[in-house]
Amino acid sequence: MAAKEIDLQMRQRRLAWFLVTPAVVIVIMIIGFPMFQVIVDSFFHKKADLSVPPTFAGLSNYQFILSDPDFWSAFVVTLIFTVCSVVLESVLGLIVALIANSDFKGRSVLRVAILIPWAIPTVVSSKIWQWMFNDIYGVANVVLAGLHIIPNKIAWLATTATALPVIIAVDVWKTTPFMALLLLAGLQLIPGDLYEAASIDGATKVRQFFSLTLPLLLPTLLVALIFRTLDALRVFDIFFVMVGNQAGLLTVATYAQQQLVGYLDAGMGSATSMIILIIIMVFVVLYTRFSKTSFE
Amino acid sequence: MRMLSNPSNMNSLKTSIRQGAVRVIGSLFLASALAPSAFAAGVTIHFLGDSDVGEGGKWTKQVAQEWAQKTGNTLAYVSRPNDASQTLQQCQQYWAARSGDVDVYQIDVIWPGIAAPHAVDMKKYIKADEIAQYFPAIIKNNTVNGQLVGVPLFTDAGILYYRTDLLKKYGYDAPPKTWEELAQMAKKIQEGERKEGRSDFQGFVFQGKASESITCNAVEWIYSYDGGTVISPDKKVTINNPNAIKALETAKSWVGTIAPAGVTTYGEEEARNIWQAGNSAFMRNWPYAYALGQDPKSAISGKFDVTVLPKGGDNGKNAACLGGWQLMVCKYSKNPDVAADLVKFLCSPEVQKKRAIDLSQLPTRPDLYKDPDILAKNAWFKNAEAVLNNAVARPSTVTGADYNQVSTAIYQQSNSVLSGQTPAKQAVAQIERVAKRVLH
Repeated sequence: MAAKEIDLQMRQRRLAWFLVTPAVVIVIMIIGFPMFQVIVDSFFHKKADLSVPPTFAGLSNYQFILSDPDFWSAFVVTLIFTVCSVVLESVLGLIVALIANSDFKGRSVLRVAILIPWAIPTVVSSKIWQWMFNDIYGVANVVLAGLHIIPNKIAWLATTATALPVIIAVDVWKTTPFMALLLLAGLQLIPGDLYEAASIDGATKVRQFFSLTLPLLLPTLLVALIFRTLDALRVFDIFFVMVGNQAGLLTVATYAQQQLVGYLDAGMGSATSMIILIIIMVFVVLYTRFSKTSFE
Repeated sequence: MRMLSNPSNMNSLKTSIRQGAVRVIGSLFLASALAPSAFAAGVTIHFLGDSDVGEGGKWTKQVAQEWAQKTGNTLAYVSRPNDASQTLQQCQQYWAARSGDVDVYQIDVIWPGIAAPHAVDMKKYIKADEIAQYFPAIIKNNTVNGQLVGVPLFTDAGILYYRTDLLKKYGYDAPPKTWEELAQMAKKIQEGERKEGRSDFQGFVFQGKASESITCNAVEWIYSYDGGTVISPDKKVTINNPNAIKALETAKSWVGTIAPAGVTTYGEEEARNIWQAGNSAFMRNWPYAYALGQDPKSAISGKFDVTVLPKGGDNGKNAACLGGWQLMVCKYSKNPDVAADLVKFLCSPEVQKKRAIDLSQLPTRPDLYKDPDILAKNAWFKNAEAVLNNAVARPSTVTGADYNQVSTAIYQQSNSVLSGQTPAKQAVAQIERVAKRVLH
């Protein structure tokens, strides 16, 4: 009897492995292998077109990047962008989600409408915004100068001081719907009778929000924050389309693109990618730490 | 790593190849019966030419189609980004992948060093006496280690466009000789025009965008102030000198005064749009803007002329950044012989003449500058020799495959100076640092 059971277990285990193997092989091929290649390449002087045979570089790629003022400027720009856009998107997304969650006429129309900015491809919307912020023909300048809010037309995308806020605003415009949708899903999980009970106990709407909605929404909010933060740290398309390779407006991802695609330097490009990975890992660890302490 | 290949691009390319293949097979029977050509008729040639958003691309596409019809081949035109720096990145991705998806590339004058490993030696297809019909300087630029990487398609040089009607209106009888004079004239005209209610009128527009565009402008400013050519032909990095700093500071003084503050985001087309709408007194641009501006539908038709760019101060020099495009046959092409035939056709005297007349682009064959039909359409071509004599090359020959790194430093730093974010002194030091690292 016992022997038979072991035999069954063995067979089941074998079957499990058999079923899982294709998935494992695919993961190794499309994630494991390229990842390994990037790690190896980051320690080599290597041209992406292999016009020169690769040579071992040790840590010199990392050394160069970490001592490059352009990289640190890209790092700062990326951090400012991430913090500002994620905070604004979360607050605005929460407000939109609360509105979309309440009962009113035309609610379903609104739920579809808020998704439009998110549905437009980023490259297209970035190009549209770039034209809207053109210094001479752009609608932003025409309206603001026409209403005498600004004395002279501003070349929005010419300097970091004005271009970065513009880019953050465009990203907020684009991604708030995504945040709102995630939070709306979380809001709908909160049972309605909790609010009834709270009302009977005499809690005000504000009290209900801070004592019920927010704590119960926290798990969803944290997942949404992780998603958005990781996305924002890797931001590429908005910057690339709106300001190109302008110094002072590189992000770590456009910096990596410049090394890899612009200079065909696979070694430096891989090393930059590894550094981006490490930065992202730091944020993931911070978030998971925070979520553990807040749920225990 | 995921940026290395652009899957959507590649996919659409593959689909178009597949579609092309079907069409080819279908037309193969017909074509082989009808066109008694020297080579196997009825192949598809993929040609990456000028961006077909602009006039040049549309024209090239049409002329290349004529070749396809004449020879019984099929032509698939691959458009490119308007921005030269982005085009190079697109090409480099094809080359790095050893892709035979594109047979003929239109390459910039600064790329032969980068493109050489992926190019067919055109000396195989063009005899020495034919090569001698082109400008020797361009042939020399396009020859890397004895290999002729590309055949000169058209040449380019930075020139000054000026409004003859406005100069007259404000009492000037000749275009400016120096940048200082230009700044004065631009200021007076801009103030005058704005007083008459044209609040968007600009004195001077040029290319200040952080891309290859401003590299060309910066090389001109620096050379005109006798500040050298960034890297000298004998591989010495010369950019960190007081004249170069003075040149960049002078250019910075234009931004927000005689030129719009947004000029630091303008490429060629952004500048031309303002100019051709009649909203600027002066413009620095390439010759292509001449034909477009003289078009009867243009707002400034018959109201402008062109000349050499001003000198940097009374003791400076005239400078014109050498540009121009070449045609290259890709080493990975499956039909290099047919591809070479397309190259020869597009560079032939007849097609170059048509190009000069339709697009006002400078021929690469000196003989054509005496052609009465071309001169009738582009009167200023008789002075083109003077412009080309002042041509300054970007430091692409000495840096070869690493040119893009040096150019990136030049365009990021000079753009940063113009937008007031980096002092010129610091900028030239940073360009020097990068150039030295590349040359080491």
